[in-house]
Amino acid sequence: MGDLATTSLSIAKSNRKIEQIENDNTTLFGFWVYLMTDCVLFASLFATFVVLRNNTFGGPTGAQLFSMPYVLLETMALLTSSFTNGLALLSAQKRKVKQTLFWMGLTFVLGLTFLSLELAEFHKFARMGDSWTRSGFLSAYYTLVGTHGAHITIGLLWMAVMAFYIFKRGITRVSLKRIRMMSMFWHFLDVVWIFIFTIVYLFGALHA
Amino acid sequence: MSKKHPNHHKYHLSGNEPQDSEALVEVQEERPVLLKHYIIGFISSLILTLVAYIITINHVADRNILFIILALLALGQFLLQMFYFLHVGREFSPKFKLLMASFMSLVVIILVGGSLWIMFNLNGRVMPTQSQMVKYMNSQNSL
Repeated sequence: MGDLATTSLSIAKSNRKIEQIENDNTTLFGFWVYLMTDCVLFASLFATFVVLRNNTFGGPTGAQLFSMPYVLLETMALLTSSFTNGLALLSAQKRKVKQTLFWMGLTFVLGLTFLSLELAEFHKFARMGDSWTRSGFLSAYYTLVGTHGAHITIGLLWMAVMAFYIFKRGITRVSLKRIRMMSMFWHFLDVVWIFIFTIVYLFGALHA
Repeated sequence: MSKKHPNHHKYHLSGNEPQDSEALVEVQEERPVLLKHYIIGFISSLILTLVAYIITINHVADRNILFIILALLALGQFLLQMFYFLHVGREFSPKFKLLMASFMSLVVIILVGGSLWIMFNLNGRVMPTQSQMVKYMNSQNSL
């Protein structure tokens, strides 16, 4: 009888766990739906940018403004951070706390590098008098690239908080779920950057 | 599809290490993610980015041809990253994640394509022709 009771208790326990995990998977899917609706925001900004691309109002064009090696450096930093972010998730799935923190730290540093490069670029343009008030093209440019930068900033804050949480509590069911969401968010931002790189910078350079 | 992982159970209990009070259980909705996938995704993205960069800097072809090539390279990198980094399409049926992504692609195509179609035709649709303009100006003068 004792055995039967223990067995049914453990079955009940594992059923409860499965239920919890299924809730987690619903949360992850919900987050995916959020990311996909975020696409609509970026799509609108991309459409605005393409429409206003040539409205420079006597100001600089993209080709005159952008330094291509600089942009390539930014792109490499973000692409590599997307990769190390994937490695962080893999380590987290293996419950390796130190490894997870290492890869997350590297992702954070690369993400911060990307953000600093972008802000330095914005600062340089604005100081030369090419701020968002200069022309329709620059308004659209700052809005599109700035919205992506704002997402990156939030991602970095989230990553810092997560790293602290893992450091304090280790990798639990809840923290793994959050790492998964964060990882999706970060990869998504890199996917958006592919199109910013191509449409804003590469197409911009071709318009010279 | 599931033939590849015959010993895979949808409810896969793992990681019951004794020190885990919260016993980590995993219910997998996706095929297991491997290091290999991230490496393939990273290297192929790296190559596509560099190719796009180099052909742009060196203006290897006519501008209009380059636009098409760059768009295709971006699309390729997008699909690679969706598959290898975001694991879209690697889940078990029903593939809601893939469904959501496909529907969103449709929305984005309609939104961007539609906006551009309208905006680039706007001048032609709204601007009056020369003769219409002259007629209008004459009518204003007669006031």
